[in-house]
Amino acid sequence: MQKTKVIVGLGSCGIAAGASKTYSRLEAILAEGKMDFELARTSCIGMCYKEPLVEIQDSKGKIIYGDMTAELVEEILSAHILEGKIDTEKAVHAEKLATKEDSFFKGQVKIALRNCGYMDPESIDEAIERDAYKAIEQLVTNKISSENIIQTMMDSGLRGRGGGGFSTGLKWKFAYQNESDQKYIICNADEGDPGAFMDRSLLEGDPHAVLEGMMIGGYTIGASEGVIYCRAEYPLAVKRLNIAIGQAKEKGRLGSNLFGSKFSFNIIVKEGAGAFVCGEETALIASIEGQRGMPRKRPPFPAVSGLWGKPTNINNVETWANIPWIINQGAAAYAAYGTEKSKGTKVFALTGKIKNGGLVEVPMGVTINDIIFKSGGGIQNNKKFKAVQLGGPSGGCIPAELGDTIVDYDSVNATGAIMGSGGMVVMDESTCMIDLAKFFLNFTQEESCGKCTFCRVGTKRMLEILERITDGKGQDGDIEKLEELADQIKNNSLCGLGQTAPNPVLTTLKYFRQEYEAHIYDKKCPAKVCKPLLTYTIDAEKCTGCTVCAKKCPVNAIEGSRKTLHTVDQKICIQCGECFTVCKFEAVLVD
Amino acid sequence: MRITRIVNKPESLTDEAIDLSPMDALIEKYKNKFGSLIPLLQGTQSLFGYVPMEAFKKIADATGIAVADIYGVATFYAQFRLSPVGKNIIKVCHGTACHVQNANSITDAIKDYLNVNDGETTPDGEFTLESVACLGCCSLAPVMMVGENTFGKLNGKSAVRIIKDLKNQLCNAEAEEKTKN
Repeated sequence: MQKTKVIVGLGSCGIAAGASKTYSRLEAILAEGKMDFELARTSCIGMCYKEPLVEIQDSKGKIIYGDMTAELVEEILSAHILEGKIDTEKAVHAEKLATKEDSFFKGQVKIALRNCGYMDPESIDEAIERDAYKAIEQLVTNKISSENIIQTMMDSGLRGRGGGGFSTGLKWKFAYQNESDQKYIICNADEGDPGAFMDRSLLEGDPHAVLEGMMIGGYTIGASEGVIYCRAEYPLAVKRLNIAIGQAKEKGRLGSNLFGSKFSFNIIVKEGAGAFVCGEETALIASIEGQRGMPRKRPPFPAVSGLWGKPTNINNVETWANIPWIINQGAAAYAAYGTEKSKGTKVFALTGKIKNGGLVEVPMGVTINDIIFKSGGGIQNNKKFKAVQLGGPSGGCIPAELGDTIVDYDSVNATGAIMGSGGMVVMDESTCMIDLAKFFLNFTQEESCGKCTFCRVGTKRMLEILERITDGKGQDGDIEKLEELADQIKNNSLCGLGQTAPNPVLTTLKYFRQEYEAHIYDKKCPAKVCKPLLTYTIDAEKCTGCTVCAKKCPVNAIEGSRKTLHTVDQKICIQCGECFTVCKFEAVLVD
Repeated sequence: MRITRIVNKPESLTDEAIDLSPMDALIEKYKNKFGSLIPLLQGTQSLFGYVPMEAFKKIADATGIAVADIYGVATFYAQFRLSPVGKNIIKVCHGTACHVQNANSITDAIKDYLNVNDGETTPDGEFTLESVACLGCCSLAPVMMVGENTFGKLNGKSAVRIIKDLKNQLCNAEAEEKTKN
């Protein structure tokens, strides 16, 4: 009989949910000798909403249990191992058994995330067992020509997964055609979009796929040096990358004269220092060179003059992770997924007011509704789906009415949003669209590097108008002013940050104009978020006269003695919402 | 969201002489390498918790980069701090997912409890409150990090309770230390 294996999901979000404690508890159980099993670790399988996750492999097959806190794990484990009972309530994924959570995986096609959650990311042997470095070895030993590989990439239809959507094959071709004694490969792991974490998950779960992708890129364009520019906020990703690089060197998968050929490749990790604009190619290069991360004019493009003035090819983490799979399985297998102009799969980070938050990888061409309601399980607390924000601060809001939009680069662009890196923040009726637009603009305004006046000053002016509107001081003409500024910023900024910064405002104006008008003309916030626009009153039927709200009110605007109805003096009220928060009887009404 | 930096340090702090010798190994490692200014500053910050003014001069002397350029880089990136911070840094995530799940109420509650503003340190030097962009734990939103530990699915109350507990632990540890002595 095979030995029982217990695997704990130790990605960043698993650890935040308590997976390290679960792991320690399991170590203690082993030490106590109560049960006999082999303890192992893996990374995120994407089911963040059920973390911590524990997988048990034995004669019953593989079963993953969700919500496995340190307190619960012993009970479930002893039932499973000693009594042979499966807790169907806690089981979230199983080989031979249907679970309640199967809809999360149904419809997913894992190419980029093929190994995440299926192996120990700190063990190169497990990675090699799952075909790591097979593609590069085959290319090098069979002396496949660069033209050939570029053609494969073109045939696969792979487009840059960082958001730009530029053809990867074409990008490689430019870098290949420029002759130079030294060329560079860069992996853009500066995932700055708030609400997107697929790159972090990939680096933590399958670092070897990214390394191998970069090697294939280097072999193709003729580069021997690779740099991974990783966000400093991702310490675990940096740690696992360095472990993977060390192991690959030891095993002869990285270094000089690889696979008995003249091909050499080295990779170093550079930690970013916290600047959103460094996701832009030229700013990223400036940052690696140790300067302020400010974009410069293109051309020359990095393919001509990039890092240290040499031809450089930059792709993002998810793009690199796809490449070994394409080489192994062939361009046609990849192009079999997707739509006419967007091939393959895309990873989305589902967050916000969604039931099943996590990472999903779906073929291009499925609809937004499919992702939200099938994989995502719908909206939290069964509220109404209002909109989804795609593409982070550079993207836009797609309203529920357009939920049938398919996800490919061109269809999403047509709505005014962008595919971006794949952050999908779901909103329900309790989200105020103006507050959201203000949030994004606040972000881009603070992250603007300051080089272009329109971006530096224009975003600030737009933010001021939005602040005025949410403070209840909106004026007639504000909407038009926003549109005018947005147009100028879009057309007069050098880099992607400025060119896309007005998108959240423009899309919310396009689809939720009536909400702006309600704020400006009626002085009402329909989602009841903007506090200065709210009126608090007390429901005579529900008020028990407990006096809690009156005691808590910081300006003494609530009157009423014990066991009598309380009232709010609207002239004194500062709309802080404290009474609403403290009332246990839902007697405080907000309008 | 970036932290609000307090660039004007109290004079008492600037006068204090800092022993910069721990930086020597770091400078030795990087001084002749191109493009090493950011790792140098990162290394310095991990030694002192911030980048002291004197360290700028030391880096400038070793690398030949002008102090103005180093200062330009240090102030460009959100990571670098130019003034000392508390022993425990509270990072409240204000990414999109946390924002729609009301991250503001967490910052507000902690501000009230510790009586500091965003980006400030408590007078006893124990806690610094910061707002940060995405910590990458979006599905557990709203999230905060205290030191190396991440806490998810918070509300104002539970966030304050975590800090209260930590404060009590620190007090107890201190009391124990005293009784030992």
